[in-house]
Amino acid sequence: MDEFVIKIKNLRKSYGKNEVLKGVDFKVRRGKMLALLGPNGAGKTTTVRILSTLLPFDSGEVKVNGFDVKTESDKVRQVIGLTGQSASVDELLTGRENLNMMGRLYHLTPKSAKERAEELLKEFSLTNAADRTVKTYSGGMRRRLDLAVSLIATPPIIFLDEPTTGLDPRSRIAMWKIIKRLLKDGTTILLTTQYLEEADQLADQVIVIDNGVVIAEGTPSELKRKVGEDRLQLNFKDEDSFKKAEKVLGNKAVDSDISELNISVVIYDIDVDVKQVLVDLSKSGISLQSLAVQKPTLDDVFLSITGKQKVTKSEAEDLKSQEK
Amino acid sequence: MAVKLEFEKKPKFVLTILDSIVMVRRSSLHILRNRDQLLGTFFQPIMFLILFSAVFGGAVELALPEGVNYLNFLMAGIIVQTLAFGSTTTAIAVCYDLQKGIIDRFSSLPMSDLSVLNGHTVSDLFRNGISTIVMLLAGLLLGFRSGASITDWLIIAGVLILFTYAFSWLSAIIGIYAKSVEGVQWLTFVIVFPLTFASTAFVPGDSMTPVLRVFAENQPITHVVETIRALMLGLPLGNSAVLAVLWSVAILAVSMPVAAWLYRRKISS
Repeated sequence: MDEFVIKIKNLRKSYGKNEVLKGVDFKVRRGKMLALLGPNGAGKTTTVRILSTLLPFDSGEVKVNGFDVKTESDKVRQVIGLTGQSASVDELLTGRENLNMMGRLYHLTPKSAKERAEELLKEFSLTNAADRTVKTYSGGMRRRLDLAVSLIATPPIIFLDEPTTGLDPRSRIAMWKIIKRLLKDGTTILLTTQYLEEADQLADQVIVIDNGVVIAEGTPSELKRKVGEDRLQLNFKDEDSFKKAEKVLGNKAVDSDISELNISVVIYDIDVDVKQVLVDLSKSGISLQSLAVQKPTLDDVFLSITGKQKVTKSEAEDLKSQEK
Repeated sequence: MAVKLEFEKKPKFVLTILDSIVMVRRSSLHILRNRDQLLGTFFQPIMFLILFSAVFGGAVELALPEGVNYLNFLMAGIIVQTLAFGSTTTAIAVCYDLQKGIIDRFSSLPMSDLSVLNGHTVSDLFRNGISTIVMLLAGLLLGFRSGASITDWLIIAGVLILFTYAFSWLSAIIGIYAKSVEGVQWLTFVIVFPLTFASTAFVPGDSMTPVLRVFAENQPITHVVETIRALMLGLPLGNSAVLAVLWSVAILAVSMPVAAWLYRRKISS
């Protein structure tokens, strides 16, 4: 068995003159989750639609579970489940009817479809709403049903296209829990998201895509390391201790902000560097107000590789005062 | 996972039939749950029947052959008109589906694409069947009488089913082609209205202008109406039954592949 169940090689797709994918490459390992991260219009949904046989493409090679998406679409459809951006369930049918119908359309026997529907209703806490038409469901319930529907035939590969966009935080966390459980059961997942936190929470591997090209690739922590090291942020009681500290720390201080009385120090090794800083400060009798270790977020990653500058608080204030 | 899944192991064409049955069930549930449309299914034919017989009855009766009562003349026309308009709900249903995310779901399943269209066209037959029965019952209450035998009624049913099914497929094309449900309503109106009114559905052809008469007497709706009317009232059938069936089969033979082709093209773009 091939270890990579999703393989995309030099994938290109244009709509007329508009080139949406300009040679995308990536692979997803069996049982892992890859997050496609990127802003609106980056080509995430187009990629998912191509992978799920909904959209033809111009050139390149796309394989799912060893099957060619172009020539073996029937076989691909048997091993995938798709949860799209707009909840793709039937509004006029009940939750139970939706599950049953989709089960039958995956060609489960009537008995299997029925049993599996009941199981999923329970698993996704939809039993109470099972006989209500989907029209009456809340946004979170619809997404849950939508995901349940994609799982009806337990496909080994799932595509989740922005599964939590527009959900409130509680429903989002509920979704994450379900996704994590799927991963534990060995499902291979391709997730697209605009939320960096989501990729960070769930994915084994992240691909950052912008304007139809992959601009970065790695595990969430690898990507973060690329952008920046952990920092120790020190906050001082008054201006006096702030100035003293600046002197003591010298060029270790990578970022200092007198208005906030903050100094940041890069930490390469938490055991050595943090201790050293604290020893230096205590030797000079400087008192600290508070301290925190800052890890770079995927926001930082994204902004640094797309070349857009993150606006820091002090810069924002500068801008404000200039406006005045 | 507790449940052990079993899949259907059947040849492809059997699976296509099973998929279509599932989709017919879906579309039929839509019809039952769409209350406004369902009310229309019951009341629109009754309203038309009463209006037409009351408004046109006196005037048209003068142009009818001796002894033919307008309600009896009208019955065939009003049934065919209702079916022609009724079949356009296929267009609305197809258009509605295509605008929703559910079509992506269907396309990503190992099901037969065309079962979506099969579902709408077949369930439309059920709804139109109900309409027709309601209309016949209302007609009986108003004084409609027919001397048709059981065999005649079976032929009537057969011709009407074939005609409605053909028109539903034609209407599916409009549903795929149109960009919005409002667009569908306009398009179907512009196509079906002239076909039903420039026919012998409500008035005999002899009172029309020569050009209109040539059109009216050579278009499918007239042939279907004439067939049904002749069978209901025991008039000479002529070649209208053969023409009605030929027209319906021809419309079906063209619309089905065209609709299928347009549908596949639309969902993969």
